[in-house]
Amino acid sequence: MAEPFRMFTSKVVPLNAENVDTDQIVPARYLKVTDKAGLAEALFRDWRFEEDGSLKDPPFVLDEPGMAGRQILLVGDNFGAGSSREHAPWALTAWGIRAILSTGFADIFRSNSLKNGVLPIVVSPETHGRLWDLVEHDPDAQLTIDLAEEGVMLPDGSTIDFTIDPFAKRMLLAGTDELGYLLSKDEDIAAWEAAHPPRIDTLAGTR
Amino acid sequence: MAATSPRPRTIIDKIWTDHVVSQDPGAPAVLAVDLHLVHEVTSPQAFTGLRERGLTVRRPSQTVATADHSIPTTPRNLPMLDMAAAAQISRLEDNCQEFGVPLHGIGSPSQGIVHVIGPQMGLTQPGMTIVCGDSHTSTHGAFGALAFGIGTSEVEMVLATQTLLQRDPKTYEVRIDGRLAPGVSSKDIILALIARIGVGGGTGHVFEYRGEAIRALTMEQRMTICNMSIEGGARAGLIAPDDTTYEYVHGREYAPHGAAWDAAVERWRRLPTDDGATYDKSITIDANALEPMVTYGTNPGMGIPITSRVPAPQDEADPAAKRALERALEYMDLQPGQAIIGQRVDVVFVGSCTNGRISDLRLAAAALKDRHVADGVRLMVTPGSDEVKREAEAEGLDEIFKAAGADWRESGCSMCIAMNGDQLAPGQYAVSTSNRNFEGRQGKGGRTFLASPLTAAASAIAGVVTDPRTLPGIETLAAVGGR
Repeated sequence: MAEPFRMFTSKVVPLNAENVDTDQIVPARYLKVTDKAGLAEALFRDWRFEEDGSLKDPPFVLDEPGMAGRQILLVGDNFGAGSSREHAPWALTAWGIRAILSTGFADIFRSNSLKNGVLPIVVSPETHGRLWDLVEHDPDAQLTIDLAEEGVMLPDGSTIDFTIDPFAKRMLLAGTDELGYLLSKDEDIAAWEAAHPPRIDTLAGTR
Repeated sequence: MAATSPRPRTIIDKIWTDHVVSQDPGAPAVLAVDLHLVHEVTSPQAFTGLRERGLTVRRPSQTVATADHSIPTTPRNLPMLDMAAAAQISRLEDNCQEFGVPLHGIGSPSQGIVHVIGPQMGLTQPGMTIVCGDSHTSTHGAFGALAFGIGTSEVEMVLATQTLLQRDPKTYEVRIDGRLAPGVSSKDIILALIARIGVGGGTGHVFEYRGEAIRALTMEQRMTICNMSIEGGARAGLIAPDDTTYEYVHGREYAPHGAAWDAAVERWRRLPTDDGATYDKSITIDANALEPMVTYGTNPGMGIPITSRVPAPQDEADPAAKRALERALEYMDLQPGQAIIGQRVDVVFVGSCTNGRISDLRLAAAALKDRHVADGVRLMVTPGSDEVKREAEAEGLDEIFKAAGADWRESGCSMCIAMNGDQLAPGQYAVSTSNRNFEGRQGKGGRTFLASPLTAAASAIAGVVTDPRTLPGIETLAAVGGR
């Protein structure tokens, strides 16, 4: 269960790439874990590290001076394409990312992020361009993410509005998860099951 | 009259409505899941979650597990050398045992890639909702099922409640008119679609593939197309069931039998999209104009007809696309404007949930019969399931592959995801029948050309990327049957 998502202020990690796929976010060889721990080291592994474990030279953006501790990722369109691995948001949160700004997210990645307290914020191409200009001009610019008000506050005091699925917002703000909600629907589910006999019996062969 | 007739609906809308359990105002629908497929990589944390909350699996009889992603494809009597993978598989076995989930794991005759065994056992049926912690769950859409990949949190939700929270998807009509020429396959249809709309083109939508070319395809060919819906950004893609579908499903182990079969077919015949139903988006592709496709870049949208040249960044107007192309060509070490035919190949991989079924192996074997893999090229053939392997061996395909110099493996995801040690070395080029050409996908530093089984076989023989239409007797070859 995630912590309630509160307003926060952070500098930005800018990653200038589109269609970043989940194989880049966490390479498949790191998927042999049976828990969620330790994935920060796997995050963008092959973009960050040489074969011997040393950092690339020049370093990937996450490892540039002053990037550690930043909680906002600014990235190009269709972030999180590809596989359904929830290891991607697990690794991002393990590193410290709590909000991602892009013009678009892949469906499964967006869904997985919301379940792990990572806020995917979709902005228009114009706004995206404005944010790029901002961080290029001032790499230490601070943004404030206010989920309750659905706004990103810029250093000049202006606000970029965004919209988010109201249900996802409610879940994030309360820090509750969808499983709790589904469990509360037990009566509905039981009624539906009573009216709809199962279409399959995967245990048939073993009975 | 029009006012009294029901609103025409798409098959997507029909399956969706059939499965909505309830919906609170402002909330997503609680969607019932008919079949939940589980594998070793995306399930351990979900089972842990159940244990921590003291929950059980609500419907073990609608759940089925296999081990496919991290298992070796070396002979099964050899010990597993990868301790992390072995531990993950052993965890799956323990979890299935503890929670009563049927497992078709290592050693079971029905083991295989999860998206191969579902249809093979008759578990995949029209009109169902099917989910799995795997993005290629869209494969099952070939049967007219609403099938999509989910994350591990959702795996836990489905295990616990046999439902999911979902927003009503948008619909995207993908019409493929005309007929494919010999040597052009269903893989080329889907690669052409993704090249056209891009890897994010279907985001937020479910594809419905329709049209004359789709109707002419076998079930296995349809699965190849639906499999890669996710590569076009769509979480699901489906094809309305027809007689081809029913013929494939009929008689399979978990399919309905007797009177239940007749009732099921009657129900399934009502699934296809009604005349006059509308879609949120539409695209039409002319199959007559398609060539074999091959990717040159680092996402599945970077594909071209095989006789074309690698695009040049300077021709890209959009700065982001230009930058992406530059980066892709650098990673692939390809020159702008070079022909893709004739490009060196080190490894050829035939397998995966995209193209690891018996008809795929038959096509590759037909191309390789009485020929040999080029010097210096490694051809790896990995059947999609134990059943596919047995069938191939009964037909003597393994002997054809071995005589051609190929490596005949056990079933699994293998070099498609390269988790199990089957992988490219840095800098190697592969023609692969799998679904993703992302950087490092088939091994760190490896370079992937996605293509059809026929293109893969032709390239293995020549040692360079090769147009399968140049294979002797391609008309006969391309007609090698499947189901």
